Amino acid sequence: MQGKNIFAMRWGIIGVGAVIGILAPLLQKLGNPGNMGICVACFERDIAGAIGLHRAAVVQYMRPEIIGFVIGSLIAAYLFKEYRPRVGSAPIVRFVLGAFAMIGALVFLGCPWRAVLRLAGGDGNAILGLAGLTFGIWIGTLFLKKGYNLGRTQATHAAVGWMLPLIMVGFMVLMLIFPQVDGQAKSGVLFYSLKGPGAMHATLLLALGVGLAIGFLAQRSRFCTMGAIRDTVLFGQTHLLSGFIALVVFAFVTNLILGQFKPGFTGQPVAHTMHIWNFAGMTLAGLAFALAGGCPGRQLFLAGEGDGDAAVFVMGMIVGAGFAHNFSLASSPKGVGPHGISAVIIGLLVCLFIGFTMRKKSV
Amino acid sequence: MTTTVDARGLSCPQPVIMTLNEIKGGQDKEIVVLVDTDTSKENVMRAATSQGCRIGDVAPEGEGYRIAITKD
Repeated sequence: MQGKNIFAMRWGIIGVGAVIGILAPLLQKLGNPGNMGICVACFERDIAGAIGLHRAAVVQYMRPEIIGFVIGSLIAAYLFKEYRPRVGSAPIVRFVLGAFAMIGALVFLGCPWRAVLRLAGGDGNAILGLAGLTFGIWIGTLFLKKGYNLGRTQATHAAVGWMLPLIMVGFMVLMLIFPQVDGQAKSGVLFYSLKGPGAMHATLLLALGVGLAIGFLAQRSRFCTMGAIRDTVLFGQTHLLSGFIALVVFAFVTNLILGQFKPGFTGQPVAHTMHIWNFAGMTLAGLAFALAGGCPGRQLFLAGEGDGDAAVFVMGMIVGAGFAHNFSLASSPKGVGPHGISAVIIGLLVCLFIGFTMRKKSV
Repeated sequence: MTTTVDARGLSCPQPVIMTLNEIKGGQDKEIVVLVDTDTSKENVMRAATSQGCRIGDVAPEGEGYRIAITKD
């Protein structure tokens, strides 16, 4: 048996939450968009834009943080002999859940990480988002209690687990071959933003370094924002929640120190004030995360340690971002997109269908 | 008698749900849980401990672990 994993102890998960809480506002200070030091959904959406899966001009950038998350987790998994290539637990369902999770998150404008970063930056709209997230996860726990599950994975070839990490390495290589050129919206095959959130970013090396560090730590600690709420609701187990709370507290303090705390509902960066749809968008995202077994960050870390199904969820999110912008589902600071409301309703119906129909007691 | 809970291949939170169901509803005092990832191992041990159970032997088995739990 290996030695104890200190990161999986109570103070370990709190420490990791604290590190993320400090690094995210710092990344914002060093160039990332407002209250978006790290946002897994937004950054995957930017990646979708960088490779042209959508052509929303203001959100196109190959975010090195996401690449770092996957590779950092892969390194930790290999170092600690936890790399377990596995696949085959309802991959297409995970793809669909990933796509609708992204659509829900983009109606609110952020993943759970950004929801708490927005709160820690003073954005009151985040309260509606977090309430919706909790509500969606609560619906998910009802399905879990009724026997909902995605079925078993199979152990597989090591190379299967390398696929998403290799895709990420490929993205990094593309970014090095076709770096951003000042004042140009395209460099080689990659798209870049000239204005908007996609034009705001910390330097490549810094973003990649922070991504690698967080990926490493999160793999060790199993940090998961959806799990934090789910385990509290389902089992009264507050282990993961303590990490999530540490993230909020440390991000809040860091924002205060950096002068980034601006309380209010209106005029918040990359946010809108349509309360019902902030709530409902995150309800959809929360339900989809709960049914898929992890928040978008956790799915990246799982993919890094060999989980091919989590990798499919990630691809679902990236493709979902393409749909979200091509079909005008994503919100903007002006409010929800023309078809955002219909998409949330359809997404909720799809999630309910999945929850009701995949309830075999033991697979 | 010992009951075996086979949670291999199932992802979070299934192994914990299955273990808790057995702890709360099962007849046997001795439970063996089979898991295939370190995360599941940690989660199952944490859940069993929180129910006042004793963790016995935790041994590698195949691609994963075999966790012995005793109910009080």
